[in-house]
Amino acid sequence: MLILLVALPILAFLAILLGAPARLMAIAAATLNLVLGLGSVFCWKQEVWNFSLPVLAKPALNLSFGYLDGMSLVMVVLSVIVTLAAVLSGKAPAGREKLYYGSSLLIAAGAIGAFASTDLFFFYAFHEMALIPTFLMIGILGRGDRRGIAWKITIYLGLGSLVLLAGLVWLASLAGTYDMREIKNIAGTIDPAAQKGIAALLIIGFGTLVSLFPLHSWAAPAYASAPAPTAMLHAGVLKKFGLYGLLRVAVPLVPEGLHAWLTPLLVLLLGNILWVGFVTISQKRLDTLLGNSSVMHMGYIFLAITALIAVPENTLALPAAVVLMFAHGVSIALLFGLAERIERSTGSLDLSDMGGLAKSAPALAFLFGIAGMASIGLPGLANFSGEVLVFLSAFENYIPANGLGPVQITCILAIWGVVISAVYMLRAYRSIFHGSTVKSTEKAADLTLTDHIPAVLLIVALLAVGCFPNLLLNLLKP
Amino acid sequence: MPAYYLEALTVALGLIILLAEAFVPSKQKSWVGGAGATGLTLILIATFFAYGPDEKPASAWAEWPLWNFYQFDSLARFYKAFALLATILVLLMAIDYRKILSRYTAEPTSENGTGEFYCLPVFACAGMMWMASAKDLAGAFVALELVTITFYILVAYMRRNVGSLEAGAKYLILGALSTGFLVYGIAWVYGSTGTMRLDLLPEKITALKDTVPLLFGIALVLVALGFKVGAFPMQMWIPDVYQGAPTPTTAFLSVGSKAAGFILLIRFLTPFLGENSPVRGQVLTILLILACATLLYGNLAAIPQTNFKRLLAYSSIAHAGFLILTLAAWAPGTDSSVSSVQAISFYLSTYLLMTMGVFFVLAQIRIHRDGDAITDFNGLGKSNPLLALAMTVLLAALAGVPLTAGFIGKFFVFQLAAGAHLWAGLSIAVIAAAAGFYYYFKTIRAIWWIEASDTSAIPLPLISKISIATLTALTLVFGIYPAPILALLK
Repeated sequence: MLILLVALPILAFLAILLGAPARLMAIAAATLNLVLGLGSVFCWKQEVWNFSLPVLAKPALNLSFGYLDGMSLVMVVLSVIVTLAAVLSGKAPAGREKLYYGSSLLIAAGAIGAFASTDLFFFYAFHEMALIPTFLMIGILGRGDRRGIAWKITIYLGLGSLVLLAGLVWLASLAGTYDMREIKNIAGTIDPAAQKGIAALLIIGFGTLVSLFPLHSWAAPAYASAPAPTAMLHAGVLKKFGLYGLLRVAVPLVPEGLHAWLTPLLVLLLGNILWVGFVTISQKRLDTLLGNSSVMHMGYIFLAITALIAVPENTLALPAAVVLMFAHGVSIALLFGLAERIERSTGSLDLSDMGGLAKSAPALAFLFGIAGMASIGLPGLANFSGEVLVFLSAFENYIPANGLGPVQITCILAIWGVVISAVYMLRAYRSIFHGSTVKSTEKAADLTLTDHIPAVLLIVALLAVGCFPNLLLNLLKP
Repeated sequence: MPAYYLEALTVALGLIILLAEAFVPSKQKSWVGGAGATGLTLILIATFFAYGPDEKPASAWAEWPLWNFYQFDSLARFYKAFALLATILVLLMAIDYRKILSRYTAEPTSENGTGEFYCLPVFACAGMMWMASAKDLAGAFVALELVTITFYILVAYMRRNVGSLEAGAKYLILGALSTGFLVYGIAWVYGSTGTMRLDLLPEKITALKDTVPLLFGIALVLVALGFKVGAFPMQMWIPDVYQGAPTPTTAFLSVGSKAAGFILLIRFLTPFLGENSPVRGQVLTILLILACATLLYGNLAAIPQTNFKRLLAYSSIAHAGFLILTLAAWAPGTDSSVSSVQAISFYLSTYLLMTMGVFFVLAQIRIHRDGDAITDFNGLGKSNPLLALAMTVLLAALAGVPLTAGFIGKFFVFQLAAGAHLWAGLSIAVIAAAAGFYYYFKTIRAIWWIEASDTSAIPLPLISKISIATLTALTLVFGIYPAPILALLK
């Protein structure tokens, strides 16, 4: 059944190519996907979701889908929620509807395909498939220096993917199989030197895709330039592929190799949180601010991953990472979606140009407020659960008598990131929505009823997981 | 029917359409190409019903000495079909390209003098088919020369075009030089082993006391075949010749000639790469060095190119690099991986689909925008979105983006190289693939992101439309379901 989730967007894309109404097809496919995806939560352990088609005999490759564990399920649910929100948000330029909605559908199909694949080969291939429409959307419909930015992201992610491919092929050649269910069996049998090499390739490869410092410089300009649905889908869903891959492939299979790179990883993730955090504070435009904040928040998820690397029996770190991935995906999509709405109302995203928007657009101000608070980590919203779990996981198995280990020290420094988030998000909120109105915000239109739908959908997800984190944690129990 | 009928029929077809072209008065010449393509299609079908002496040992022809220098196995069948398919596509491309051809042949306004352009590829095809069956070095040499001499004419065919003439002269001189190397190399191999028959070589070489003369001979033959497939440092001719030659000829050189070169390389090297061969190690080292140099040269030199046809020339060198790396990782098939020969054959068939598709598009761009530069692709996304989409898929496949046929080909190469522990070759291949990603996407960027100065529509003739659509669709289908091609290679 899972193949339906991948096939529906692709079929809708083909229908659009052949002339079906673009927006309608996209919404229909995304809604069906949401229903199917949420439905699968209740019966995800059933055989019915699995699908397998032999593609190649030597080496054995199968186009196979299935829920490997709760983590795949959570990522698929995240994808279907954000996809529907993305196709409902934003406004296609006249004459470009096919491209606009078609690309969103392809990105969604690629992301769902990657998370649902149980074959290493297709896990990689689907992610690549999603990148091409991303590049095209930024290059064709982006804002600002769209060509330069699109070219930069193409090169960065293209190279990152190749390094990643080298690592995955190396791993699979040692395992002798591409089946992710079987590949687990070789855990612990790989020689440490090979582990170290594979781990380095996987960290660089996945790291580039997740904008790990210092390979992050593609991300903020790309999100700032991308049309809203593309930014929502990439920052919200597709980027999580790298983290998912580290948790799915790297951590279980090459633990010793990762352990060898623990200290550099800790330094780099602090680069994400503190360095990029300060960069974010100094941003003058909302779009680059959100782009940088998304890079910054990747640092927390990396912190959970390092906690898992440092203490393999850590039971808290994996759920922490997955909850935060979900929370960040939903909240950043919400922020990008609303930012686009702000730009459409006021014609600008420059923080110094705005003020008092709350008077003319109270609904927008309220929803953006929730999104901003989620991003800071206010209790009751999903990000809070995720971040607290991450910080706790860093102290799992901590013995006070032995003093603070590197992960704990990093965690203490990383907690300052919460302060940084609060500084930039609240400052941005103040300069956009509070103060006296200026020309651009005076007559700005508020959200219409249809604009509410995607935002409310995402906020419901944030509140649900924020108030009942067990909704996700129960799925993630081993 | 017995397998040798295939070559005989192809040559006969060539002669018939050549005579018909000469004696049937007509202003239009495209029917010659149509007849050629139809005839070759029938021969292509016949290929799957042909059999060799092993299947019918009782028949009289099975005893002929012909089978001492001609063989028919599944690999021969595959490469014969490959040559036929490539030639059919080239003829179809030539039909749509006749506007440009006639401009530079006899008179700009008439098609007089374009008729032979449809006949010559058929003869070259016969040569390529024979190369696929090579069993004896002398026979292989004759077949190779049939191909090469035909190409001398095809390259310089647009005789009123300076670029085409220059390309022809270059190809003639360097081709003759490589022929010299080949004959000299064959002589050394014969001198040191006493046989030209490839099937007898394995037992002859195990008894050799001194392998230096043999290695010298092998090296010389590798130089000559390296010239055919475009391996560094024998790739010097490729950019100029590809750029100058008429586009269908370039496509034929790039696909047909290269594949024929590779099947000959496979046939020639198989005896020396056997388990008992005393020169196995040295030959593999030479191949690895060739592969690394070719990969680096082809991919890095492609980066600054601004002319798309020239870019394709470097890309063709780059793909040759991947294919030679597969040879350097020589391995028989195992339970978990394909053999080197299967990987090369698969790679070449995907290369045929992608490259032919791209050349079809390029030919149309040449006709409508009167140029081959990357800037001539600017704004194609607006003037013909479906063509632009097809081109994007084809270029992404050439770059090796997953879920396209090109990726599976590269995947086999990487897998074999990793299996043979060629870490240096593997890392260079990763760099090469990364560079490839850059220069193919440079054209995709031109297609979609850059506005065109000329936004006139690009209507496609029916043949090109069908061909491009089919090739693009197959590129995607084999990217997800490659089993049919691999089944042919069992």
